[in-house]
Amino acid sequence: MCKDCGCSLTRPSHGEHSHDHEHHSHGDLHSNPQLNDKKTLAVIHKILDKNDIEAAHNREHFEANGVTAFNLMSSPGSGKTTLLENLHEYTDLKYAVIEGDLETSRDADRLKAKGIDAYQIQTGSACHLDAFMVHGALHHVELKDLDICFVENVGNLVCPASYDVGTHLNVVLVSVPEGDDKVEKYPVMFRRADLVLITKCDLLPHFDFSVDEARAQVKKLNPEVEVLEVSIKDGDSMAQVAHWLKTHRKGA
Amino acid sequence: MHEYSIVSALIEQCEQHAIENRANSIARVVIKIGVMSGVEPELLKTAFETFKLDGICKNAELEMQIQPLVIHCSDCDTQTQLEERNLICPQCKSFNTRLTDGEEMLLMQLELETE
Repeated sequence: MCKDCGCSLTRPSHGEHSHDHEHHSHGDLHSNPQLNDKKTLAVIHKILDKNDIEAAHNREHFEANGVTAFNLMSSPGSGKTTLLENLHEYTDLKYAVIEGDLETSRDADRLKAKGIDAYQIQTGSACHLDAFMVHGALHHVELKDLDICFVENVGNLVCPASYDVGTHLNVVLVSVPEGDDKVEKYPVMFRRADLVLITKCDLLPHFDFSVDEARAQVKKLNPEVEVLEVSIKDGDSMAQVAHWLKTHRKGA
Repeated sequence: MHEYSIVSALIEQCEQHAIENRANSIARVVIKIGVMSGVEPELLKTAFETFKLDGICKNAELEMQIQPLVIHCSDCDTQTQLEERNLICPQCKSFNTRLTDGEEMLLMQLELETE
């Protein structure tokens, strides 16, 4: 029994947490203390181990309900919520959203107004979501009827990259007005991506954003990752996103 | 500024190890920080110096080993440590590479004191 929340899943114990996300698979790295001498203790221990164990626990929640979870990350204002508001028109998959923001429940309210189940986490001053915050939110979302659960992270291209929140895949957005240099400036975030979306592509004629340059920079950091150009005004591009999500569901 | 959360997790781990080994203070904490771990070493250091004051790490010195990227190229079958932050094989310019080091944040070693 999960001690904090009373959920029926047991937490994986030390070292047993499954690292099924390729970027987080670091082999056998559980704590292995051994005394070298009286004073020096050699340990190889992931600093965010506790978070990672909780993240594995969250994945069990999702998987027990047949849900695939995607972590949406980007700067503030690059269109995460707008994408989710519009996506339901292009997919039959049922999804809910866990929202992370410092203040307000505006994003969750926007989604609910479209008939999408959403739960807002207010982080106060924290610049990222961690696995514990997401776990708290999981008990407010009815997972069993869902195909997909999105975690819309705090708008920030830096801090969220360091935290596994217990989702299966990372979707990173960069919008045309932000500029194509953001990929190179925030390499860790784009390195962690399983899908990169260049959003607001209807604005390309008005900005100096080079899609080729952005793609080239992404490839240097993350050679395998797929990059899609998206605009909510272009139905075909939204259908491509829906298709990617469908084909990347667990067990799909 | 997620470095503060990371330092809290680090200090908590140090405390745990100290308890398990019946130590009453920690003299040195050695960590390994990958250049692509998403952590800024200077900020981490500042956070550690601030947060350590209340607990068992009060007198601890933080040693940071900065780990550059290491890739293995599947085309030319070589392992290379890189200066830049990209995954292109400098030998054969291939993208068919796998990152083998440089993304992690690890606690490596503790110097414990028991009196």
